[in-house]
Amino acid sequence: MEILTENKILSILASVTDPEIPVLTITDLGIVRDIKFDEIEECWEISITPTYSGCPAMDMISTQIRMTLFSNGISNFRIKQQLSPAWTTDWMSDSGKEKLKKYGIAPPNNPDFGIPDSPAACPNCGSSNTSLLSEFGSTACKSLYKCEDCLEPFDYFKCH
Amino acid sequence: MQDHFHTYLLHLADNALVLGHRNSEWCGHGPILEQDIALTNISLDLIGQARYFYQYAAQRKGAGVTEDSLAYLRNGNEFFNFLLLELPDDDWGFTILRQYVFSQFQHLLYQQLQNSTDQQVVAIAAKALKETAYHVRWSREWVIRLGNGTEESHNRILRSWEKIKDYTGEFFIPAPYETELINSGMAIDPGCIREQWVMEVSSVFEGATIPFHGSAWTQSGGKQGMHTEHLGYILAEMQFMQRAYPGLEW
Repeated sequence: MEILTENKILSILASVTDPEIPVLTITDLGIVRDIKFDEIEECWEISITPTYSGCPAMDMISTQIRMTLFSNGISNFRIKQQLSPAWTTDWMSDSGKEKLKKYGIAPPNNPDFGIPDSPAACPNCGSSNTSLLSEFGSTACKSLYKCEDCLEPFDYFKCH
Repeated sequence: MQDHFHTYLLHLADNALVLGHRNSEWCGHGPILEQDIALTNISLDLIGQARYFYQYAAQRKGAGVTEDSLAYLRNGNEFFNFLLLELPDDDWGFTILRQYVFSQFQHLLYQQLQNSTDQQVVAIAAKALKETAYHVRWSREWVIRLGNGTEESHNRILRSWEKIKDYTGEFFIPAPYETELINSGMAIDPGCIREQWVMEVSSVFEGATIPFHGSAWTQSGGKQGMHTEHLGYILAEMQFMQRAYPGLEW
């Protein structure tokens, strides 16, 4: 039998996707903060951090983590919610940002200090000529933009 | 012995829950789709923040207390939210202006709570601060837009301020349970953020061409569990299912 390691669990968790943005996995998002084995209780402790406080996807993600680990024959684990340090889009992987762009969502565009947070380019045509339609989009993590060249509206994953 | 810290956590949670509930009443009724979505997203953030504080309070208490029992099974006189947050909505202008003055307060409060001696309060405040910054930005821009909009929108926002101003003083008066915690460093003195709040709000009002004038007298009591009649109606709606069918789950 294969010995369970942190990396093995992490690779299993890398198959769990965000229910609202299914191209992103929870490891792309930086939601999994720590995996460690509690020797006393002989139990894996998986620490996850919420993205936004009110994100309804978080409960779903916990359930999916449970189901995925169970289906891989792992049952000695508990999921712990960790608030600090607070989640930031800086933890999103580069491959995650690429996947977002291909999916039609402009990835977080880490701005220089003082420059307003806005997308680098329209994910459809690549134009940087975009304008804000609404500060809040279809989910807490996104705002709604419009491309002034191809005229398509698109979601922007806000820096957080 | 009274657990002042428990009451303080409930105060922080109840503020977020009650305004989150009020805003959720706009769901499906916003003036345009984007703003309907914005307000319900803000509701979600607020209810999420309330959950962190309730979960922490429940964890400290043990003995069968849960976040749900705190939200759904307490009576009105055991809620410690500001009176302003339970008032019913008059119109979009009232909703926006209330959101702005409260978000601005909450933003300053969460900044200061980074200095609490309680590490979980620090963690929740740091997390919530990021979202609250969006709430301030969104509601501030709407106040400016309505103030500078039509004669109708300008007059409505003026009217809203006349009603709201008498309730903002309560933000800054420490309740007896807070005073003790301020001394021990777990809570922060809300009085110390008043000056900055006035500065921020009056500068936004200036941009919105609304005269800022405070009120020497203030409504108060919410932080001590003495409420307007409106809270009862909120709780009747919010708590009905758990009262009628105890332990009901989705």
